[in-house]
Amino acid sequence: MSQPGGRAASAPLLGHETEPTIFELSVSGRSAYQLRTTGVPATPLADLIPSAHLATTPVSLAEVSERDLVGHFTRLSHRQFSVDLGAYPLGSCTMKYNPKFCDAVAADPGLNSVHPGVPASLCQGWLALLVDLEEKLCAITGMAAATLQPAAGAAGELTGLLLMRAYHEANGDVRRRVLIPDSAHGTNPASVTLGGYEVTTIPSNDRGLVDLEALKASLGPDVAGIMLTNPNTLGLFEEEIVEIAGAVHDVGGLLYYDGANLNAILGVVRPGDMGFDIVHMNLHKTFATPHGGGGPGAGPVAVSSRLVEFLPGPKAARRDDGGFTWATPAHSIGRMHGWHGNAMVLARALAYIDVHGGDGLERVAQYAVLNANWLRERLRATLPAAYDRVCLHECVLTATPLKEAYGVRGLDVAKALLEEGFHSPTVYFPLIVEEALMFEPTETESLQTLESIAASVERIAERAKTDPEALHHAPQTTPVSRVDEARAARHLVSTEDAATR
Amino acid sequence: MLSFLGMDSLGQLFAHIPASVRLATGLDLEAGMSEPDVAAVFARYTAANQGQITNLTCYAGAGAYDHEVPAVVKMLGSRSEFVTAYTPYQPEVAQGVLQAIFEFQTMISRLSGLPIANASLYDGATALVEAVNMASGATGRQKMVISAGVHPHWRAVVKTFARGTGHDVVEVPLVDGVTDWASVDATGAAAVVGAYPNYLGVLEDMTGAKALATASGGLFVLCADPVGAGVLKTAGEWGADVFVGEGQPLGTALSFGGPYLGLFACTHDQVRRLPGRIVGETVDSNDRRAFVTTLRAREQDIRREKATSNVCTNQTLMAVTAAIQLGWLGTRGLAEVATRCAQGAHYLFDRLVAIDGVEAVSSAPFLREFALRLPRSAGGVLEDLVAEGILGGLSVEALTAGADPSIEGDVAKVLLVAVTERRTREELDRYADVLGKVLS
Repeated sequence: MSQPGGRAASAPLLGHETEPTIFELSVSGRSAYQLRTTGVPATPLADLIPSAHLATTPVSLAEVSERDLVGHFTRLSHRQFSVDLGAYPLGSCTMKYNPKFCDAVAADPGLNSVHPGVPASLCQGWLALLVDLEEKLCAITGMAAATLQPAAGAAGELTGLLLMRAYHEANGDVRRRVLIPDSAHGTNPASVTLGGYEVTTIPSNDRGLVDLEALKASLGPDVAGIMLTNPNTLGLFEEEIVEIAGAVHDVGGLLYYDGANLNAILGVVRPGDMGFDIVHMNLHKTFATPHGGGGPGAGPVAVSSRLVEFLPGPKAARRDDGGFTWATPAHSIGRMHGWHGNAMVLARALAYIDVHGGDGLERVAQYAVLNANWLRERLRATLPAAYDRVCLHECVLTATPLKEAYGVRGLDVAKALLEEGFHSPTVYFPLIVEEALMFEPTETESLQTLESIAASVERIAERAKTDPEALHHAPQTTPVSRVDEARAARHLVSTEDAATR
Repeated sequence: MLSFLGMDSLGQLFAHIPASVRLATGLDLEAGMSEPDVAAVFARYTAANQGQITNLTCYAGAGAYDHEVPAVVKMLGSRSEFVTAYTPYQPEVAQGVLQAIFEFQTMISRLSGLPIANASLYDGATALVEAVNMASGATGRQKMVISAGVHPHWRAVVKTFARGTGHDVVEVPLVDGVTDWASVDATGAAAVVGAYPNYLGVLEDMTGAKALATASGGLFVLCADPVGAGVLKTAGEWGADVFVGEGQPLGTALSFGGPYLGLFACTHDQVRRLPGRIVGETVDSNDRRAFVTTLRAREQDIRREKATSNVCTNQTLMAVTAAIQLGWLGTRGLAEVATRCAQGAHYLFDRLVAIDGVEAVSSAPFLREFALRLPRSAGGVLEDLVAEGILGGLSVEALTAGADPSIEGDVAKVLLVAVTERRTREELDRYADVLGKVLS
């Protein structure tokens, strides 16, 4: 069966052999390390440091040769799916291809060999880079200024909520609640709690959008603000955003834009123009910095002019003489990161923005939306959309017909897709859609790949009719088959040394 | 593709967005450039960074160190299967990352002397925030007693987060570079937080801090250097309930401060409050060994507003790199790196305090970093050293942003000097000679 498109079926060694742990490969006395010849006198440690501080036995690590080390981690890498290997239509995660040029930029010692604590005079290039990135992110979002410190989207969310709090407190205004739609990412309510606020959940209407009347009924002088993702987690644009913004602002609240779905609207509409006051961006999504298997990310936060004085500091700033310096805003909430944020991720994002430019970023959004709509339409007969109309960068489909007819659930479809050589879509999210399968193909997948994904889904649906039992046991051709998650939680074995192992 | 959708322009895809908010003329950014043209722009940034340690001999530290990172670690750590994967939500196709994290957790558990380690957090500072939040959850208390020997930036981050959580942060001053635990009332503390070594490089006896935590009923949180663990007592041996650390020294370049790697380990008692992800071993449906993220019920996407942490990502790529770096070092390598740091640091310390007008800030023991009081401003001395090709350390005034309970007297004259295993005797001798000349 030969198909075009980004399937990973030919991936070498996505095989069945278990790889030993590095500790199982360890042989006492073997080593790989070599250190510089320094000529420093080898004074015994006991003459330098009091014995009360010294360990009696050294910490035991694996002992392997360089060849064993390379073999082990290379084999592990062969047991791992990745964007470079095949399509990864994981909804809400924007797993687009990461241009290699941006990695090359970050590997330059002119950037990565600079110590974060050096005086401003020694890192003028970095400060210029950070200022340029901040200005471009503000141009993209329609905001006045930004902090680049938050290390990830969730850190950005909390930064935004602390900014919200600082703003209200500066106005002598005690507020208690933050509104969140029921379709929101789980991070939003968790961040609200850490920001010291209570969550009020706003229901969605039958179109999958914020119920404006319910929103208005929840508003009051104790509302600090609202957190919205637009397009929302259903991939649908909140068409009443202007009315929502007006209503929240009327009670003195602020609007927070969760940038998880920013990829959909680049160059089309800006959060600032929609009335948002605070925007976090996931650079690892929209600006294609690689996800690293779950980090590093970067979650800069841009704000409207009335919040600029509260931004975290110190931040890079222009000096009058054309040079750059560190400056802390007048009423800064303080630091959000041990240094200046995930600088190498920031550099990659700037390179991505520069290569694309304003015109290229707009095309990113257009093609991402085109791909999602094409896939939604193409799968219409197999997995209907939860809300049947034009979506933006992702489409939420439902496996309810397969479940009702054959007992095949969304999870089964997702797992079977792994066998087809694609990563699964996001399953069972958003929570308000039954048997949800959220596909986000991104702009970087070709029509041939989308066709190949659709053909795979159709093949799975066909199998649901003839052999549903097999789908409950999928996948079988992956490095491991379905994993016993309950056992992992019941008997925690999180290290080689766990007593229950 | 458009015709398949019954459309004839890309604009139709966005027609349902209210025209009043849509951009009329596109983004106010320049047009896209070719990669070589962008490379030329970036060449201007890099040329303006005079502080590259490829040009200067590095004695700067404060949590970010110039350690040896061999080619094998850089190359394995940049394999695209690790770099371009997402969080391992589908374990059937993510065993590579999951197993690497399991191995990382084992290594961090051993370095910390505590049984449970997570898959990493953003950096040392945010790991400390998660630790105090855990302590608050465990005790139901709000008071955090924190040594002023904890890195100034970490303390600053804890205070920022406390704006939301309402935690009451009490800083314990240093005397002679050592935390004056006797000066503080720790009654009702959720956490007692020490640093080992502290940010001035001092190895404090942690017995007092542990006793204070025990007496107050709070958790004992120890911020410790993972390289120091190669020769020093572990956090667990000092009686810590929670270990946090900055993992940059484990294979990550200086990177202007990020991405780094927050290390976090704790006792079994706290596992249900553990922040971030944790990988566990289990079996697949064919009874083969498999790894999976576990104890997911703690996490924000399930507990939503009841979650005790909002963290969803960690720093997996840095954690994988740390596992590779520790694999490269092995038992003897880590101990040797720590030993060589100590030997170099003590050699340089002896030479520097022999210079007229230079004195140690503390008489307490240290491992690889120490603070000196200079006869004039540390910032000015650093400039003079840079002119000689030496990044002579960090100004404590700049680190602490002014007055700080960690420093008695004039903070402007205090210089923090770190020595790693990469510094040769020739370099150390030259530093001493140049500093002597600069100060004379």
